[in-house]
Amino acid sequence: MPTASTRNIALRLGAVAVGMFGFGFALVPIYDVMCKVLGVSRETIKTQAQIAPGSASADASRTVTVQFLANNDGGMSWEFRPHQFEMRVNPGSMNNTTYYVRNPAHRAMIAQAIPSVSPAEAAPYLHKTECFCFRQQPLAAGDEREMPLQFVIDQSLPADIRTITLSYTLFDVTANAATMDQRVGLGN
Amino acid sequence: MLASTLLMDGGAPNFGWTFYAPLSTTYAPPSVTYFIFAVHLMGMSSIMGSINIIATIMNMRAPGMTYMKMPMFVWTWFITAFLLIAVMPVLAGVVTMMLFDIHFGTSFFSAAGGGDPVLFQHVFWFFGHPEVYIMILPAFGVVSEVLPTFARKPLFGYSSMVYATASIAFLSFIVWAHHMYTVGMPIAGELFFMYATMLIAVPTGVKVFNWVTTMFKGSMTFETPMLFAIAFIILFTIGGLSGVMLSLAPLDFQYHDTYFVVAHFHYVLVQGALFAIYCGVYYWLPKWTGHMYDETLAKTHFWMTFIGVNTAFFPMHFVGLAGMPRRIPDYSLQFADYNMLSTIGAFITGFSQLIFVVVVIKCIKSGKKATDQVWDGAQGLEWTVASPAPYHTFAVPPQVR
Repeated sequence: MPTASTRNIALRLGAVAVGMFGFGFALVPIYDVMCKVLGVSRETIKTQAQIAPGSASADASRTVTVQFLANNDGGMSWEFRPHQFEMRVNPGSMNNTTYYVRNPAHRAMIAQAIPSVSPAEAAPYLHKTECFCFRQQPLAAGDEREMPLQFVIDQSLPADIRTITLSYTLFDVTANAATMDQRVGLGN
Repeated sequence: MLASTLLMDGGAPNFGWTFYAPLSTTYAPPSVTYFIFAVHLMGMSSIMGSINIIATIMNMRAPGMTYMKMPMFVWTWFITAFLLIAVMPVLAGVVTMMLFDIHFGTSFFSAAGGGDPVLFQHVFWFFGHPEVYIMILPAFGVVSEVLPTFARKPLFGYSSMVYATASIAFLSFIVWAHHMYTVGMPIAGELFFMYATMLIAVPTGVKVFNWVTTMFKGSMTFETPMLFAIAFIILFTIGGLSGVMLSLAPLDFQYHDTYFVVAHFHYVLVQGALFAIYCGVYYWLPKWTGHMYDETLAKTHFWMTFIGVNTAFFPMHFVGLAGMPRRIPDYSLQFADYNMLSTIGAFITGFSQLIFVVVVIKCIKSGKKATDQVWDGAQGLEWTVASPAPYHTFAVPPQVR
């Protein structure tokens, strides 16, 4: 026969359990906030300020190796690879390269590339003036394309960084893209 | 529920006890939904059991039994029950997020939808680290009961034991990310979790010191429970020290996901928690069955297990430091000899447990009649009632002191 105070304790502890269940879900926004506060770049795209081309002169005395990687998200069928895997560039100079994509599927698809820079400390010094990752990339069935990438390495890049790896992951966003018909011209 | 998945199409859940996303979401067999349901049921029963334990301890103590007179085993269970209530709902939360990701199109852990798989690890280990302390704290309690009995001295530093247990429980909430030093945390995070983890060594050290001091100058006898308790202290301390090594973030980059970690957690959970379970079973078996167990057979069980587990797990330190990774189907040739040693040890350990089964069955069926007191130096209310304890023990609540 439970006494009033036993029932009281049980109810309070039950409330704690329910509260902790909620706390588990509260960890999701807390995690996002912590990542922002501590500077973990979950979205590298936002940390890269864009500068006007030609605003800095090239520093010929220093070269930095920039490596290019291409990954597909699970389930993404496109062929996706960099035109060149590595470039040696001078900080301050404008550099151009391309990524190759081909849509082998029997339907038109839209892709979005998400960039990631390693080491993370180099991310703020890699300025992209033009990038295929700035917008969604529609491709009709079987089409291929060279996608442009134009970037400047900031001259204030710390001296100990000699190699920067720029990696893109290609996501299939066909289902989310509302304006697909206009872009690819389905039915033509 | 979970065992039934063994017979299902696609096989049982195959993503390990940590079930990291996306292995447990995108790449999981269909039986993962059963796994989630089973975890929910297990969580609910744990929480209800814990509420029962806490309410019993707070409301139904014998007259005169103040909190600071309670047996250490009761104290450790009291604190463990609080840990369970605090973290089992978080586990329920994380499996619910998995369920939504798998069946309802959310993206808690899927990068493609704006989620983050690393978030899974954070939420999981927020549950997971207190969980390993849930496994070890009652073991601390058992050893704290057994040592005074066979050393015939009261437990040294009782109140410091209570506070140390409570501090360990508190610290367990702020160290979870030491399981994931290598995910790419900011340096401030690495440092915080490193220092917090190293701090745990302090209350744990207090406990080990108190246990050793309890034995110091005691008139010790070495019945099987005592052998398990002493082995627990020595081997758990080895596991604790490899734990201090692992707590150092820069070193952990070498040890992470190697057999060194496997050696560490076997030393704390097999030679730690499991040894304390055997210690407790042998200690209370006469009280449960009313018969004394076969001491010779029980000692054989102890020594075989002791040799077996050390043969199995000690070499893992070396292969781990030499770079053998965890969770691989095959390993490099140079690790073969140590792995053979581990295999021999594992077989010795496994077969020795059959001796334990024989001891328990023999004890239930036959054996010398146990007295009420059972052990010469045993203190506590359970030793004042008959062996086995009658269905109704105290018609009038006993007055304590």
